[in-house]
Amino acid sequence: MLTVSGAYPGDDRHFTEDKMSLIKVKDLSLGYDSKVVAKDLNFEVNMGEYLCIVGENGSGKSTLMKTLLGLKKPLGGSIEFGDGLKSTDIGYLPQQSLVQKDFPASVYEIVISGLCKGFSKSLFYSKRDKETVSSTLERLGISSLKHRCYRELSGGQQQRVLLARALCATEKIILLDEPVAGLDPVATKEMYDTISDLNKGGVTVIMISHDIAAAVKYATNILHMGDDNVFSTKEEYLNSELGRNFAESVRSEE
Amino acid sequence: MDKLSLYMQYPMVRYAFIVGILIALCSSLLGVTLVLKRFSFIGDGLSHVAFGAMAIAAVLNFTNETIIVLPVTIVSAILLLRTGANTKVKGDAAIAMISVGALAFGYLLMNIFSTSSNLSGDVCSTLFGSLSILTLTKSEVRLCIVLSMIVLIIFIMFYNKIFSVTFDEDFAKANGTPVEGYNLLIAVVIAVIIVLAMNLVGSLLISALVIFPALSAMRLFKSFKSVTIFSAVLSVVCALSGLVISVLAGTPTGSTIVAVDVLAFFVCCIGGLFKGAKG
Repeated sequence: MLTVSGAYPGDDRHFTEDKMSLIKVKDLSLGYDSKVVAKDLNFEVNMGEYLCIVGENGSGKSTLMKTLLGLKKPLGGSIEFGDGLKSTDIGYLPQQSLVQKDFPASVYEIVISGLCKGFSKSLFYSKRDKETVSSTLERLGISSLKHRCYRELSGGQQQRVLLARALCATEKIILLDEPVAGLDPVATKEMYDTISDLNKGGVTVIMISHDIAAAVKYATNILHMGDDNVFSTKEEYLNSELGRNFAESVRSEE
Repeated sequence: MDKLSLYMQYPMVRYAFIVGILIALCSSLLGVTLVLKRFSFIGDGLSHVAFGAMAIAAVLNFTNETIIVLPVTIVSAILLLRTGANTKVKGDAAIAMISVGALAFGYLLMNIFSTSSNLSGDVCSTLFGSLSILTLTKSEVRLCIVLSMIVLIIFIMFYNKIFSVTFDEDFAKANGTPVEGYNLLIAVVIAVIIVLAMNLVGSLLISALVIFPALSAMRLFKSFKSVTIFSAVLSVVCALSGLVISVLAGTPTGSTIVAVDVLAFFVCCIGGLFKGAKG
């Protein structure tokens, strides 16, 4: 069990009541330098759940994600990982960067880089690594793209490739940062279905999204970030005033 | 051909060919990474730093300049890539600052303290490397061989890591890769390559040696591996033909090699267009 201790020294409350809990966040506050962007975050993610993080721009969604991944230190509070999970065991699907748009790389090269962890035991990829890549590509239905050039793929295909890379890095839990940003409606639906299938197959999913409709449709739990952070199951969220308001405002924007 | 084989009998011409090929190979390897990381100009910046250090070495009358030039350049490379991460002065501005500053100080020092009667000639050859490759000593050649072997081995050993750090720093970090460490490694390797390349093309044209093969290869090839291999091959071919031309026609070595690189780039561009039209 790994404890990321924050500003409260001596805070070593461990959770043992539920062994299937993967991530438990307590009184977490986030920010840059001393500027707090979100505080009093409390939520937990259990095995097999599908957590959707929604909220306005600037509410700290991306910062939360970076903190969960261990890229940033929390300002306070704690993140506890259970069931032998480490922050480096989270498969990450970042938003695409500009650099990648003209990067000469084949799908195979990108997906196998998901297996490149820390100072891994060997500097080269093994036969088993290559088999992992093949089976992951198969799982996402993109085996035919294996030797294609990444920058020539459609947006939806590119996201699938990055998803495959994330799956290579983990079996347990994936963290998706706006996975459908910039995709057309058909590709968006396919992407959501794929993620949903993965979730049904036992992969725990944490997803950041602007898309409240999708969040409500697919997720099991919702974390709404904003002035007040509300963590609840989907049903509770739908019945709360906050959820109704947010759903309303998103709908009117569209 | 006769003329060439005649020239090849001189050890200094043979040295020039050995060093030229090795440097072309090493500089092209990291070129792909640098171009993709938007660090194309780090070669230029660092080569000016190396120029400044060389001026100091000359003023202090050091016989082996590399002893001073190499550490200074490595330190600057580390500083540049560090500042790239999180400071008030961002990447390109930091490179511009260091590069222009070092250039000015280098020239100033040479101007004030130089004992040579042909100052502008000295500066010119340091900047454009016009003669230096033909005046290499045996120990310099040996040093160059050792350093380029080290660069080659490091590149091959860390090839997968370099790919993952270049393609997606955030993902690599999230995956537990010590990204800062690899950036540091890349910085040191670049510094070594630049100090090596100064002998060949001089400090001004180093960027060309780093960037052109990578850009040419990116026109034609689509995977990281094939781009890397092709740019290495292309770079060596260009350096070889540039050297041959410069020996036969008596043109300045550095500029000739870069001219060949530029030509190759246009050929690759046209090739890329045809390929694109077909596919």
